[in-house]
Amino acid sequence: MTLSAFLFQALNGLASASGLFFIAVGLSLIFGVTRIINIAHGSLYMLGTYIAYSFATRIGGGLGFWGGIVATALIVCVLGALIEILLLRRIYRAPELFQLLATFALVLVINDATLWLWGSEDLLGPRAPGLRGAVEIFGRQLPSYDLFLIVIGPAVLLVLHFALAKTRFGRLVRAATQDREMVGALGVNQAILFTSVFALGAALAGLGGALQVAREPATLATDLIAIGDAFVVVVVGGMGSITGAYLAAVIIAEVKALCIAIGVVDFGFITVNFSKLTLVAEFLVMAGVLIARPYGLLGRPQGAVRSVAEAEDPIRPAAPGLKALAVAVLALLMGLPLLAQASPYLLVLGIDVLIAVIFATSLHFIMGPGGMHSFGHAAYFGLGAYGAALMVKWLAVPMGLGLVAAPLIALAGALLFGWFAVRLSGVYLAMLTLAFAQIVWAAMFQWEGFTGGSNGVIGVWPPPPFNSAAVYYLLTLAIAVIAVLLLRRFLFAPFGYAMRAGRDSPLRAEAIGIDVKRVHWLAFAIAGGICGIAGGLFAFAKGSISPETIHVGRSIDGLVMVLLGGIQTLTGPIVGASVFATLQDTVMRQTEYWRALLGLIILLLVLAFPQGIVGAVAQIFGRRRSP
Amino acid sequence: MSLKPMLAVESLSAWYGAARILYDLNFHVARGEVVALMGRNGAGKSTTLKAIMGLIAQRQGSVHFNGEDVSRLKPFEIARRGLGFTPEDRRIFVDLTVMENLDIGRQPPRTFPDGAAAPSWTPEKLFTLFPNLAEMPNRLGGRMSGGEQQMLTVARTLMGNPLLVLLDEPSEGVAPLIVEQMANTIVELKKEGLSILLSEQNIHFARLVSDRVYVLEKGQIHWHGTMAQLDTNQDVQRAYLTV
Repeated sequence: MTLSAFLFQALNGLASASGLFFIAVGLSLIFGVTRIINIAHGSLYMLGTYIAYSFATRIGGGLGFWGGIVATALIVCVLGALIEILLLRRIYRAPELFQLLATFALVLVINDATLWLWGSEDLLGPRAPGLRGAVEIFGRQLPSYDLFLIVIGPAVLLVLHFALAKTRFGRLVRAATQDREMVGALGVNQAILFTSVFALGAALAGLGGALQVAREPATLATDLIAIGDAFVVVVVGGMGSITGAYLAAVIIAEVKALCIAIGVVDFGFITVNFSKLTLVAEFLVMAGVLIARPYGLLGRPQGAVRSVAEAEDPIRPAAPGLKALAVAVLALLMGLPLLAQASPYLLVLGIDVLIAVIFATSLHFIMGPGGMHSFGHAAYFGLGAYGAALMVKWLAVPMGLGLVAAPLIALAGALLFGWFAVRLSGVYLAMLTLAFAQIVWAAMFQWEGFTGGSNGVIGVWPPPPFNSAAVYYLLTLAIAVIAVLLLRRFLFAPFGYAMRAGRDSPLRAEAIGIDVKRVHWLAFAIAGGICGIAGGLFAFAKGSISPETIHVGRSIDGLVMVLLGGIQTLTGPIVGASVFATLQDTVMRQTEYWRALLGLIILLLVLAFPQGIVGAVAQIFGRRRSP
Repeated sequence: MSLKPMLAVESLSAWYGAARILYDLNFHVARGEVVALMGRNGAGKSTTLKAIMGLIAQRQGSVHFNGEDVSRLKPFEIARRGLGFTPEDRRIFVDLTVMENLDIGRQPPRTFPDGAAAPSWTPEKLFTLFPNLAEMPNRLGGRMSGGEQQMLTVARTLMGNPLLVLLDEPSEGVAPLIVEQMANTIVELKKEGLSILLSEQNIHFARLVSDRVYVLEKGQIHWHGTMAQLDTNQDVQRAYLTV
C-alpha cells in the first residue's frame, strides 16, 4: 500500500462524501424545523437517481444529463412539498413514533412505486457529457466526474451556509429550529415554513441522488442503505448543524475509503479483509463520537424531543374477565393441533403468530413502559436466529442448546448496543437502534465465510419429535407463554416501576435514587434476550435463516404490530402481533406489491386509529379517560 | 374609553390535559388602556395570556380582538391581526443576534379601525427606547443577561407593530434598575397609543403602570376595579396578592 494509492482513495472518499452530505443535510434541516425524522429521505435520494437516469437515457446528451439533474431536483422538491402538505401536516401533533412510522410507510410505498415504474433491474446511467475523461492524479486515473463531485459538495455547503446566515428564510429556519411555537406567535406562518424546508431538504436529496447517476447504478436497495448512512452522518455531525453534516460525511466516507484501500491484510495469525469491514468501521466511528460528544461533533445539547401527546395512563394488571379470556384463548390454542388435521397450514400460521407475539411483546416492553422507541429490534431477532443456526451449522449442537444460546447471544448484543442507546432518547435513540440493526444485518450479509452471506444458513431442522409441526407448535406455544408471563412479571416488579418512573420523569426518578440509565439498559437487554428466543424459534421453524429475514423491514413489522394493537396496554402487542402476522401470511402473500400495501395499511392506521386496536376497543367499552 | 374594547374576553376556560386551569373568565381591555391581571403563582395569569394567543389547545369561550373573533385562529394569524405576545420565559432565539431576533418579529405597519396609524417600529426607533440593546446589535441572544433578554423580547414583539401587547410578568427575575426601566417603557408605549394586558404579581410594579386590575385566584376572577381602588383595598390585597 503506497502513499499515493492511499491519497487516491482519500479523493475517492471525498467524492462519496458529497452524496452522503446531500442526503444528511436535508434530513438534519427537516428535523430541526419540523421535528420529524424523515425516514423516506433515502427514498427521495433513490428516486433522484432513477429520475435522472430516465432523463439521461430518454433525452440524452448534455441537456438530458445536466438539464435532467436540475429537473430531477425540482421534481423531487415538488414531491417533497406534496408529502408535507398531504401527509405530515396532519400528524405534527401525533406522537413522534407515529410520525416515524408514517415516513417509513412512505419508504414502502415509494419503493414499490419505483419497482412498478422502473422494474427490478439495476440501471446504470451514461457517463457525464463533458466530464467523461479522467485526470491523472498520484499516478492513477481519477474520473473527472469524481473531481466535479468533490467540488460540488463544499460548494452547496457554502451556498446553504450563506442562505441560512444572511436571508430571512435562513433566520426563520434557525429560529424555528429552536422554538417554532414562538416563531408562530410572532406572526410567521409555520405551515409555509415547514413546507418550504421539507421541499428544500427533498430537493437536496433528489440532487444528491441525481448526481450519483453517472457513478453508481440506480437500485431498489438504495433507500434504506442511504438513510442508514445518513443517520450515522447526522448523529456523528450533530443534529441541525450543516457544517457538522459535511464534516461527518467526509469522515465516514474517508473511513470507508480507507478500509477499501487497506484491503486484505495478513497479520500472521489472522487474515482480515478490511474492505468487508466498512459498516463495522462506520459503527466504531459513531460509537467513539457518541461516547466523547453525545450530541455529535458540532451539535449542541438539545432538550430531549418529548412528544406533545398526553401522558399515558398507568398500566394495570388485567381485570378478572380479561384473565379468564386469556385462559380460554390459551386452551383454544392448545387444542389447535386437533383442528389442524383438516388444514395443516393452520399450524404453520400458528407458529408464525406465536413468534410474532414474542417479538412484539419484547419490543413493547422497552417501547411502552420503557419509552425507548427502538427502530432496530430485528437486530436481536437476527442475533438469536443466526446464533442458534450457526451453532447448529458449525458446532452441530442439538436444538435445545441452540434455543438456549439464542437468547443469550441476543442478550449479549443488546447489552453492547443498549449501553450506547440508553444514553440517547427519542428520535436519536430510534436512529441509533436502526443503525445498529443495519450493522448486524450487514455483518450477516458481508461475512460470507461464516454466515453464508446472502444465502444465509440452511438445513437448521429440528430433530424428532419436534420435526412434527404439531409438536413444534406446542413447544413454541409453551415458550411464548413463558416469555410473555416473564415480561409481565418484570413490569409489575419494582424493576418495572423504576423503568416507568425513568420514562415519565428521568430527573425525579434519579432524585429518588433510581439509576435510570442502568434500569433502562437492563430493560433493553432483557427485551433483546427475549426477542432472541423468537429468532431462535424462527430459525428452527423455517429450517433456514437469511439476511433478508432480519432486515430493517422486520424491525418495522414489530413497530406496526405494537402500534396496531396499541401501546398503552399489555394486551396490545399480543393482539397486534396476531392480527399483523395473520394478515401478512394471508393477504400480503397475494400481491407482488405487498410493501405498498403494508405502507398504505400503516398510513391508514396512523391517520385513523392513533390508539391502536386495543385502545379503540377499550374506548368503545367505555374505559374512557376524562375529557 | 372608546365604545368597543380592543380586547374582549368572554367565558374563557382552558385545560391542561384533564386539569381545568381557567373558569369562565370575562374581562376587557379598552384602546390605550393598561390592564393588569394580578394574582399569585399558579393563579392562571400566564395561561390566560397563552389562551388568548391561541397557544393552548384545549380552550373554550370567545376572544374578540379589534372587533373580530380570534378564538378559532392560529397563533400566527392572531399575531398578524396586531396582537403582540411576550412570554414570561422570554424565549429569545439564543442562536440569533439581537438584530436577527428583531427581524423574526417584523411585520407590516398597521392602522387602528378608525384609520389612525398604529405606532410603527424600526430597530433604530427601538434602540432609542432600549438604549442597552443599541450597544449590542450583533450579540447572540444566548450571550445576553436576563434584563437585556427581557428588553429584547419586548422589542421583538414591537417589531410586529402590534395594536395590543400581552406582556407576561415583565418585572420577574430582572434587576431593580431594569424593572424601573420596564415600567417607564410601558408608560412610554401607552403614550404611543398601545393597549397593554400584563400579568403581574408585584403590586409595586403594577401601580406604576396600570389603569385597571383583574385579580385572579385558582383560575377565576375574584375582584376587579381601578388601580386606585385596589391600592386602598387592603382586604383584596391580603386575600389574593400578598405571599
